[in-house]
Amino acid sequence: MNKEELIPKLKTIIAPYVQDEEAFKFLSEDTDFVKDLKINSANLVDIILDIEDEFDIRLENEDMENMLDVKSAMQIINTKLDN
Amino acid sequence: MNKNDIINLLPYQNPFLFVDGIDEISEEEIKGHYTFKSDEMFYKGHFKDNPITPGVILTECMAQIGLVCLGIYLMKDELDDSKNPQIALTSHQMDFYLPVLPNEKVTVISEKKVFRFNKLKCNVKMINEKEELVARGKISGMIQIPV
Repeated sequence: MNKEELIPKLKTIIAPYVQDEEAFKFLSEDTDFVKDLKINSANLVDIILDIEDEFDIRLENEDMENMLDVKSAMQIINTKLDN
Repeated sequence: MNKNDIINLLPYQNPFLFVDGIDEISEEEIKGHYTFKSDEMFYKGHFKDNPITPGVILTECMAQIGLVCLGIYLMKDELDDSKNPQIALTSHQMDFYLPVLPNEKVTVISEKKVFRFNKLKCNVKMINEKEELVARGKISGMIQIPV
């Protein structure tokens, strides 16, 4: 799935959990979930679960650890979708 | 791990322990109870001359039984005497149906919805001795073993 399709889907998933709404307005590939959007660890789990539902994939502990920013989230989703 | 071991691992004590006993427990569900004593600290102020258990305390009781006791049971293989679980409430949505008065015994029933990446989400309800629904909602929290 390309960037243009994926980023809007991710934005919808992430929106309810964002604490820094200013940073969310300028979301890009390099936006970091924790550093920029100030999302906490409990909400990161919610994002993981929502991504699983949206894309019908299963994420593991190492995916959670690697999913630090928008770019890595897109890579992980695409890898899972290709498998 | 037996039911008393779980209560002993709870990080609460008087006046903020709201678990008397666990009736049933499995990987999927827990049932436990608590009787609100007439001298609980909050009755003096909630309300003036009219003691009624605050909704936040009912939610706390539901979280201690429904989330923390169940969470400890789910992590039993990783816990021992030297490792106490770290817990944090992360969200709850609760509806209240009936008041709980001093000396009332309540039973909490909690059903696990999700337990992944240290986050536990449950559907929890509280019933009174007449088996009437007192409160019902969803509670989520994080539980982990300190490294």
